[in-house]
Amino acid sequence: MLEIKDLHASVEDKEILKGLNLEVKAGEVHAIMGPNGAGKSTLASIVAGKEEYEVTEGSILLDGEDIEDLAAEERAHKGVFLSFQYPVEIPGVTVTNFMKTAINETRKAQGLEEMPAKDMLKKIREKSELLDIDRKFLSRSLNQGFSGGEKKRNEIFQMAMMEPKLAILDETDSGLDIDALRIVANGVNKLKSKDNAVIVITHYQRLLDYIVPDYVHVLYDGKIVKSGTKELALQLEEKGYDWIKEEINA
Amino acid sequence: MELKEKLVSSFLAFENTVDVDAPVHDIRSQAIKVFEEKGFPTKKEEAWKYTSLNAILKHDYSIFPKEENALEFKDVKKYFLHDLDTYKIVFIDGKYSSHLSETTHDKIDVCLMSSALTHDKYKPVIDNYFNKVAQKDGLTSLNTAFSKEGAYIYIPKNKLADKPIQIIHFSTGKESLQLLQPRNLIVVEENSHVQIIERHQSLTSNPVLTNSVTEIFADKRAIVDYYKIQNDNETASLIDNTYIQQQAQSIASVHTFAFGGNITRNNLNFYQQGQGIDSILNGVTILEGKQHVDHNTLVHHTEPNCESHQDYKGIFDEKATGVFNGKIIVNKEAQKTNAFQSNNNILLSDKATINSKPQLEIFADDVKCSHGCTIGQLDEQALFYMRSRGIGEKEARALLMYAFANNVLESVKIPQLKQRINKLIANKLGVNIGFDL
Repeated sequence: MLEIKDLHASVEDKEILKGLNLEVKAGEVHAIMGPNGAGKSTLASIVAGKEEYEVTEGSILLDGEDIEDLAAEERAHKGVFLSFQYPVEIPGVTVTNFMKTAINETRKAQGLEEMPAKDMLKKIREKSELLDIDRKFLSRSLNQGFSGGEKKRNEIFQMAMMEPKLAILDETDSGLDIDALRIVANGVNKLKSKDNAVIVITHYQRLLDYIVPDYVHVLYDGKIVKSGTKELALQLEEKGYDWIKEEINA
Repeated sequence: MELKEKLVSSFLAFENTVDVDAPVHDIRSQAIKVFEEKGFPTKKEEAWKYTSLNAILKHDYSIFPKEENALEFKDVKKYFLHDLDTYKIVFIDGKYSSHLSETTHDKIDVCLMSSALTHDKYKPVIDNYFNKVAQKDGLTSLNTAFSKEGAYIYIPKNKLADKPIQIIHFSTGKESLQLLQPRNLIVVEENSHVQIIERHQSLTSNPVLTNSVTEIFADKRAIVDYYKIQNDNETASLIDNTYIQQQAQSIASVHTFAFGGNITRNNLNFYQQGQGIDSILNGVTILEGKQHVDHNTLVHHTEPNCESHQDYKGIFDEKATGVFNGKIIVNKEAQKTNAFQSNNNILLSDKATINSKPQLEIFADDVKCSHGCTIGQLDEQALFYMRSRGIGEKEARALLMYAFANNVLESVKIPQLKQRINKLIANKLGVNIGFDL
């Protein structure tokens, strides 16, 4: 589904990704771990189409199609979803209206009719129940005054609404207490199918107890330096990243 | 001949068209003297520092309409709020159009200034209110000198105007360049309520200059909601002088939607005369090209326990320029005043400008006054966030701008008008998207 080949990317002439390779197939869950500043969030933003980053070499293929020239919204229309590490506050736009606009704009781009209001409401009800979100919450301005945990839960609610093909969760676990973490992870697991894929970016093994990855990758200094199965995450939790740095530098 | 001289010398000709023995004519005669002395304002005056009238005063305007011009409703329907039952007072090139209007004398008077100034029936109201709150600056005096036509609205005690009133001024430009000087008088007595929508619309590419004066009197516990739609074409300029006098416990709100025009200057003045008064001044300005809008507001608090709320939002693109100058005076006696003012702006281009200036003169010591002003760009992070959810760049920008103006739109009390303003904004932003924020 997603194929990243020898990706080099920089922001303001500073190279952040230095030849990254990653392949994610439909039905898989990949975890990307790594120390601060390794380039994890940059990778997430580049795949989602943030324009500040310049891809200098390599390619990103989604279902075999190079998406480098596609705008963020076009990637979203093709099923890419990014759960933000820091969701942006947008005063004056309610969660419900934001979702209605996002879904209908996406449907428009896909050549579909707008979703009938009745279906939209039904979907909003279902998905908010899935994430244990209070109905009152949906008529509040998007992310404004939300706690850290509410913001993250709202991101996954949006994911549930958009039903993406490829979801990238950028540190969705940060700021969540254990109960919220369970709810969020449960939401993600319910959305998993053989046709979609999830990339979980995290510092900690904790989330991976709930969203069990098929593969774990270590991103360090702009490259994936080690890949393994879920046991690798446990090893990282236990030993930190220094042994990996030593392994590379050796 | 310069416009000022031309106007002063035309006053004699004007006198041939009105009853010079009427008391109101003394007011006119005095006013032309004031105008002759003060003339047009220049940038040397502090209040006009950022707005120059030079370019629009150099035209050779025709001062009196020479002929009656007619318009078919179907051709101008889009400028009306036509999906709503309203009274209508419509003028074409400064002359009343009975064809397009719908007036009433049933319990309330919704009619013409020209009748009110000449018929005895209206004399008590005219004697009590005409030119009583309008100030004596050059532009207002000029309007007073030539005051003859406009809207006259009188809502007696304990009456609810049963439907909103639209005041629309069309200019056709069929006879060269026009100077229009409508004069409106709105008197709302105790416990009464009225909603008014005002619009100036040029249908020509010839320059039009409107120097309008509106006096509004809100008596005890009266409620006045006034909406100004300023979405004119780029050759039409407007100087809108509005004076509102409020008595105890009255609530007066003025919404100004400044979406277009060449030079637009709003002199919006509230004078409070009693306790428990609320004055509300809201504005949304969205401009592009070389358009210029100057909002000059004054709220004068004279007695205790009153409030005022000002919320002006501005979005400026290309080389558009804006001015917000908000003056609040709190007299020594006006303790426990709550006066709030905020002016937030978004500049979409490097060449757009906004000059924002609060002016607080507070002589009482137990008051709450706050003012705030922001100038910024659209939040790039917010744009990326929205786009990553599948909302196109243009739509995302528009949605952010809607959200920015939202609280002002929310306070519009006529749903059909709110919908119309939404549509005007969508058109301005070039999007076709049904936000219902």
